[in-house]
Amino acid sequence: MSKAMTGAKMVVQSLIDQGVDVVFGYPGGAVLPIYDEIFQQNHIQHVLVRHEQGAVHAAEGYARATGKPGVALVTSGPGATNAVTGLTDALMDSIPIIVLTGQVPTFMIGSDAFQEADTVGITRPCTKHNWLVKDTDKLSAVMHEAFHIATSGRPGPVVIDIPKDVQFATGKYTEARQVETHYNPQVKGDMEMITELAKAMETAKRPIFYTGGGVINSGPAASQLLRELVAATGFPITSTLMGLGSYPASGDNWIGMLGMHGLYEANMAMHDCDLMINIGARFDDRITGRLDAFSPKSKKAHIDIDASSINKVIKVDMPILGDCAHVLEDLLNVWKSRGRKTDKENVAKWWHQINDWKKIDCLKFEQKGKVIKPQYALSRLEELTKKYDRYICTEVGQHQMWAAQYLGFEDPNRWMTSGGLGTMGYGFPASIGVQMGHPDALVINVAGEASWLMNMQELGTAMQYRLPVKQFILNNERLGMVRQWQELLHGERYSSSWSESLPDFVKLAEAFGAKGIQCHDPDSLDDAIMEMLNHDGPVLFDCLVEKHENCFPMIPSGKPHNEMILGENADTANAIQSGGAVLV
Amino acid sequence: MSPLKIKKGSTSHSAYDLRPTFSDKKEQHTLAVLVENEPGVLSRVIGLFAGRGYNIDSLTVAEVDHTGHRSRITIVTSGTPQVITQIKAQLGRIVDVHEVHDLTVEGPSVERELALLKVAGAGDHRIEAIRLADIFRANVVDSTLESFVFEITGTPEKIDAFADLMRPLGLQEVARTGVAALSRGAL
Ligand SMILES: Cc1ncc(C[n+]2csc(CCOP(=O)(O)OP(=O)(O)O)c2C)c(N)n1
Ligand SMILES: [Mg+2]
Repeated sequence: MSKAMTGAKMVVQSLIDQGVDVVFGYPGGAVLPIYDEIFQQNHIQHVLVRHEQGAVHAAEGYARATGKPGVALVTSGPGATNAVTGLTDALMDSIPIIVLTGQVPTFMIGSDAFQEADTVGITRPCTKHNWLVKDTDKLSAVMHEAFHIATSGRPGPVVIDIPKDVQFATGKYTEARQVETHYNPQVKGDMEMITELAKAMETAKRPIFYTGGGVINSGPAASQLLRELVAATGFPITSTLMGLGSYPASGDNWIGMLGMHGLYEANMAMHDCDLMINIGARFDDRITGRLDAFSPKSKKAHIDIDASSINKVIKVDMPILGDCAHVLEDLLNVWKSRGRKTDKENVAKWWHQINDWKKIDCLKFEQKGKVIKPQYALSRLEELTKKYDRYICTEVGQHQMWAAQYLGFEDPNRWMTSGGLGTMGYGFPASIGVQMGHPDALVINVAGEASWLMNMQELGTAMQYRLPVKQFILNNERLGMVRQWQELLHGERYSSSWSESLPDFVKLAEAFGAKGIQCHDPDSLDDAIMEMLNHDGPVLFDCLVEKHENCFPMIPSGKPHNEMILGENADTANAIQSGGAVLV
Repeated sequence: MSPLKIKKGSTSHSAYDLRPTFSDKKEQHTLAVLVENEPGVLSRVIGLFAGRGYNIDSLTVAEVDHTGHRSRITIVTSGTPQVITQIKAQLGRIVDVHEVHDLTVEGPSVERELALLKVAGAGDHRIEAIRLADIFRANVVDSTLESFVFEITGTPEKIDAFADLMRPLGLQEVARTGVAALSRGAL
């Protein structure tokens, strides 16, 4: 009993059937029939962004904050090419999004028609999968399959390229349940390997959980099981930038983020552990540092849904292919049924060592003088907002790392940052997507002034849809992270890393009808933040901070974990005592 | 300000030190990849090799099941054991890929390639060419008074050897199909 309808109607119908309630998009000639259908229904809200890159990042933000796939709709040619950065970003961070692109009519494809681009060709390397649909009869099946592929296995972005004549033509609508797919990635892990890991946990003297974005992608059950496993074993847990929130920052066993700008204790523990249990992380180079010196003494287990992530850069002893939640459940059951054993005495010694490392207090800073330190600004933001169930986005740069260091995440899906691609311009549109998914929540984008300008046009979107997103800009008038590398590694030759000719952010906000706040005085910072929080509407908060502050700790690339650079306030006397080779 | 004791301007701490620690012995493997015969599937496979810097020594593709729309891509590739494992895992991630088989490790297999060689010459060279073709069981599929086109099937090594012998005898052009391969025995 398949119904007949136009391709354009099929697009909207399949979105409704898939439970989509919001689409981020920008119209153009090649998607007009779809826009016409959107106009004639009330199930799906369309959010008109101001640039297609914004649409894709907004869809990403929505997906990460809600756990549901995000949808973007753009026109052919320039609309599609503007979507490429967002697609690549979603691919790197494994974010499920469906991007619909218009295309010139099938009979004009290949003729260099107006606004023609080889969209499937351009997006092939930056999508999990893509389709050019040339037959209206197949369109709805492809739409349904696209949702399945974007969300199952390792999630990722997909593109459906739809020529205009296919949108106009009439065809048969296929229901989601009628669609057959051969794409069904394995979710259960190998029980033998899981048992081996459970045994290793029983005898480990210096164990550590190292978790990543995979736990969050796997869904809330994975975070729940992880918490249970950590509590039951008493092992320390660290996480990558992508995995923050799967275990609460206030949890007893949390030892902080690891990696290039991770905490001293987390990196030292990774270096010295004897059992590393990687759950949904991928041994990224920002995590491992120098590979031949990466955690030399440990046995390594790696739980991942993607076979290509296992043994890619680090050889592991216990590879477990499967979904984090499924494997964690089995692991917990096996370990419990074997008698819930751990080497309590040695694990206690291990904690003793970790607590010694913690004494270094690697995030210590001093707010002195009349200039706001970025660390201070974020500590105050943390203090004044931690009682909210808040959602934090970031741009890319020093502010991003400080946000990861100084803000605490209690739950998954509360932290949206561009980890893999490191896309400046991600945070603002992402915050719009998050706010669409959680209309009543407090949504803050911690931004650098340079990154924020990359998608500043979205202030129009925030105003139009009354999205009260808070843009907390740590304005150091520098491309801070670039400047830091130039200071440390390029002889202080500051080549093009000054943010010159910056706008007056307060006036800029006002030009869009939004609220602007500027703050430069540490003493009035709290009041200014409260003013931002109490304003019902988008706020552009221009927080003028110390211009040449560096982000520490830092593992210079090419260095092992136990050769971190610490900031000047860290208590390094302790560091040397506890045996770490520390560059200060 | 700077708490770092790295010499100013030093670049020795660059990402180029981030080299993996796996074995660097190179191996050649023949992979059979069964794919959905969709537009763009070959491009996905080739794009994967180009994008991730893997080698393609030889590649053949054709639809082998017309009703099921399945194509078989045979790829000969070389790399360290770790790279070969990665290639297989990466191929397995492509949504249109149904199966990936490493014929080099999955037991004995047969490999064949077909080549056409154009050899031009006269006199002794021409006689020698036809005599060698006979030894290699190459067929003559076209001949003029001053040229032959030979057809030869065999392993890539056999075809290399034949082409090497034809070179001084007036070899003008070679067309090769690349390797097709199957495992030996019943499934
Ligand atoms: C699109 C893009 N271009 C360039 C870069 C390289 N980059 C990384 S951080 C950074 C500086 C960011 O400056 P700002 O947003 O002001 O943040 P800050 O580091 O000052 O906190 C640059 C240019 C990038 N990550 N993304
Ligand atoms: Mg800046």
